[in-house]
Amino acid sequence: MTSDHAADIDKHVRVYLTVFAALLVLTVVTVAISRFHLPVHQAVTIALIVATIKGSLVACYFMHLISEKKLIYAVLALTAVFFIALLALPVVTVHDGFWVH
Amino acid sequence: MEIPYTVELRRDTGLNNGKIGIWLFLASEVMLFGALFASYILIRTGMPSWPRGDTILNVPLATFNTLVLISSSVTMVMAWASLMRRRLGTFRIYMGATILLGFVFLVVKYFEYSHKFETGLFPSTNNFLALYFTLTGLHMLHVFGGMCVNAYLLGPGSKLWKTNPEWFTNRVENSGLFWHFVDLVWIFLFPTLYLL
Repeated sequence: MTSDHAADIDKHVRVYLTVFAALLVLTVVTVAISRFHLPVHQAVTIALIVATIKGSLVACYFMHLISEKKLIYAVLALTAVFFIALLALPVVTVHDGFWVH
Repeated sequence: MEIPYTVELRRDTGLNNGKIGIWLFLASEVMLFGALFASYILIRTGMPSWPRGDTILNVPLATFNTLVLISSSVTMVMAWASLMRRRLGTFRIYMGATILLGFVFLVVKYFEYSHKFETGLFPSTNNFLALYFTLTGLHMLHVFGGMCVNAYLLGPGSKLWKTNPEWFTNRVENSGLFWHFVDLVWIFLFPTLYLL
């Protein structure tokens, strides 16, 4: 193992520990916000924003997505399209009025 | 016969086959959990009222479990980093810690489930509990599956280190990708079920 490689891994490890600290803080923030008993829409929006930030940190740094190859991004982009369509289906159904009929 | 592209990168993708395989698998997992989250939205928006998770579930325990799973993600990535530094002994410590933290997560869930059953709360009780048990139950199966793979890599699977350290490191990285995905799912499950 070259000294450059070792220094590179050491740099990665420092990033992992920083992300770990950020995840711990954001978990406390998530629980603290829920104590305010905000209206449902606000609570859902804030909780999803915080969860998305946490999820992005895990995906980008622990799963190394920040420096991944194009094919992996392509697979994930296609997955994201289908995932959003899947989550949007119930919303569309409700707005079309199919829900009560 | 030797399996191709376990270590060397394919010229067309710049990746080894294991990396492509695990990401395709994770893509299918996104759709599996996505279907359940869609069910959650559909059922919740269709109900005239919906209980707040913290009135039924134990938030302090779930917060503790969130911290446990996040910590296990860090130990998992540190296990991989140890192999990149060519330190098998350190890898063993971090991988052991990852498995232990996964076990702690399952034990806490066992106590949570037990308490629910003792107080007469079952999946059939209401829609909220049906979703809670389905989503967390499937997630627990994933934690258990990840623990089994990690235990293999810590035990008999680590023999590969002697003959082909790069291939073994790739296997640990791929197992880590699955483990981080399981952590990622919990990051969304926790506020959805317990806090909203």
